[in-house]
Amino acid sequence: MCPNHELTTPASPSRRSFLFRLALALNALAVVLMGVPILGYLLGPLSRRSAQTWIDLGPVGSFPERETRLAVYENPYRVVWDGATAKIACWVRRLEGDRFQVFAVNCAHLGCPVRWFPQSRLFMCPCHGGVYYEDGSRASGPPPRGLFEYECAVRDGRLHVRGGEIPTLSEPV
Amino acid sequence: MRFVSAIAEWLEERTGIGAALAPILGHAVPRSTASFWYVFGSATLILFVLQIATGICLALVYIPSADQAYQSLLYLNHGAHLGWFLRAVHFWGSNAMVLVLVVHMLQVFLFGAYKYPRELTWVCGVFLLLCTLGMAFTGQVLRWDQDAYWGLGIGASIAARAPGIGPGLVYVLLGGPIIGGRTLSRFFTIHVFVVPALLIALIGIHLWLVLRLGVNEWPMPGRVVDRATYRKRYEEEVHRDGVPFFPVAARKDMIAMAVVVLGVLACAALFGPHGPRGFPDPTLIDTAPRPDFFFLWLFALFALLPPWTETFILLVGPVVAIGFLLALPFLSGTGEKSWLRRPGSVLAVVVILLTIGTLTSLGTTSPWSPVMDGWSAKPVPIAYVEGRSPLELQGALVLQLKQCRNCHSLGGEGGLRGPALDGVATRLTRDQLIRQVLQGGGNMPAYGKNLNPAEVTALVAFMQTLHPADEPIARTATGPALGTR
Repeated sequence: MCPNHELTTPASPSRRSFLFRLALALNALAVVLMGVPILGYLLGPLSRRSAQTWIDLGPVGSFPERETRLAVYENPYRVVWDGATAKIACWVRRLEGDRFQVFAVNCAHLGCPVRWFPQSRLFMCPCHGGVYYEDGSRASGPPPRGLFEYECAVRDGRLHVRGGEIPTLSEPV
Repeated sequence: MRFVSAIAEWLEERTGIGAALAPILGHAVPRSTASFWYVFGSATLILFVLQIATGICLALVYIPSADQAYQSLLYLNHGAHLGWFLRAVHFWGSNAMVLVLVVHMLQVFLFGAYKYPRELTWVCGVFLLLCTLGMAFTGQVLRWDQDAYWGLGIGASIAARAPGIGPGLVYVLLGGPIIGGRTLSRFFTIHVFVVPALLIALIGIHLWLVLRLGVNEWPMPGRVVDRATYRKRYEEEVHRDGVPFFPVAARKDMIAMAVVVLGVLACAALFGPHGPRGFPDPTLIDTAPRPDFFFLWLFALFALLPPWTETFILLVGPVVAIGFLLALPFLSGTGEKSWLRRPGSVLAVVVILLTIGTLTSLGTTSPWSPVMDGWSAKPVPIAYVEGRSPLELQGALVLQLKQCRNCHSLGGEGGLRGPALDGVATRLTRDQLIRQVLQGGGNMPAYGKNLNPAEVTALVAFMQTLHPADEPIARTATGPALGTR
């Protein structure tokens, strides 16, 4: 190959401009063909179906009447490498019989875990001091609403809740 | 020695790097800028280099996987040879970088260095600040402990408040509907690849602009910036009274760089690495999440804002603040540079520093957080139970067992969310005490449903004993009969 190829046999201007346009077009094509999958991959989480599913919290008998207990379930959306973070806690209040209230542990203010105090029948948040009554309604502090409450149902003597997404003000469970 | 210079000559002949760098290092800067006030940018840069060096070392061992990250951090602290020290340097280096960067920014602001023609240098610097804060937050998440887990929950709660796009934002932030393995991988990538690359590119532009536009001269009162004359006057000054950046100005930079690095190393050796704190199991809810130092002021702000302003300020505040920082050089691109002639700017700096300083110091004590073990770990002072009647003693028990101490202190111990109860009898009458207990109000929940009448009677009887010996208890004006003990 002669290094001065272009100088010795000058291509016609139309050929040069064609090559330049071809180069632009080919690279634009490459950018689109790579860019679309990358964007799709990155924004994939957005094109979601609702992650909420029914979750088994165990036999009704494991929750004493008129008491509030911490229950633990595995996030249905889990991956193998989630480790302990696959576990999610919720507060189960059994009124009597099959009447339940199940609350997310996440404070409605900014999501810190609220704790149940059976003596004073209050939930308290350790972060900014939000307090809730035993029925989940807001008692005091900065939360703009009561605790997030799961939809729940008793089937075949077992308590089920609908969950899977992190509860927030815009997407309460 | 001759051998070394022979190698250097051999390399220089082939690469020409020395010839290319010499005019950059030796470029003339105004004599007034060879000052210790001008060293903070270099100090921030060397801290960034330190973060890269220690970060690479940590990445050799750290496992960015939700099920093993915590163990790999413990291994770094206790198993890997000198791993604790590198983690400590990375942590203290991050604190120092945020701090020195802010000092650099304040110096630039007070010296008017953001004005014409250095507007873009400032804009670039604002993005550097945002990237650095982004590194601080994502780095805190990589410390995959309880604080990281619940900190992400707080981030998601804030993002979710954005109208319309909130839920989508949460999904993109967490990499799915909930915090888990995908979240950590995502933050690892942002912390290790994306933001560092942005930082390096932005630092390149920032330095290029500094070289191209010159180091801001020492601001003299009365010497106003005018677009028509500024650059000519600047070049004249540099020509007439300039000094080569290296070594005249650079030696002070080098001293500052050594001082901050040695400071970080000293802190790392003395105080060691930070965390990881509790194991990141979301079902271990006996935890009180706290942010790292640089975000304590935000933590305080969230606690103290009136709830009805919160969503608005959370969403609009950052946009306004960042927008203002970006617009600053275009709003006041000319005029006086000296802080002596810009009292408003000085006042703004003082107010901002006082606000953030006050919020940070409040954040370290967080008086708004209930003391979750106040009721079980802080006994009633003996003086308050000595010689009390059985009813009053029963009331003291009620006060403990109903978690009153989580928010109210006695004898200096307990929560600070509500007022201290020492001396409460001098402030509230018996009826007022009963009303407050039953109905709550202020920041207090109503205990009406959670206390039976006997408990209320005992509790109020005990609280009526809480007054100094020389101060009578509060009574209603209509007569003592209502306030009888």
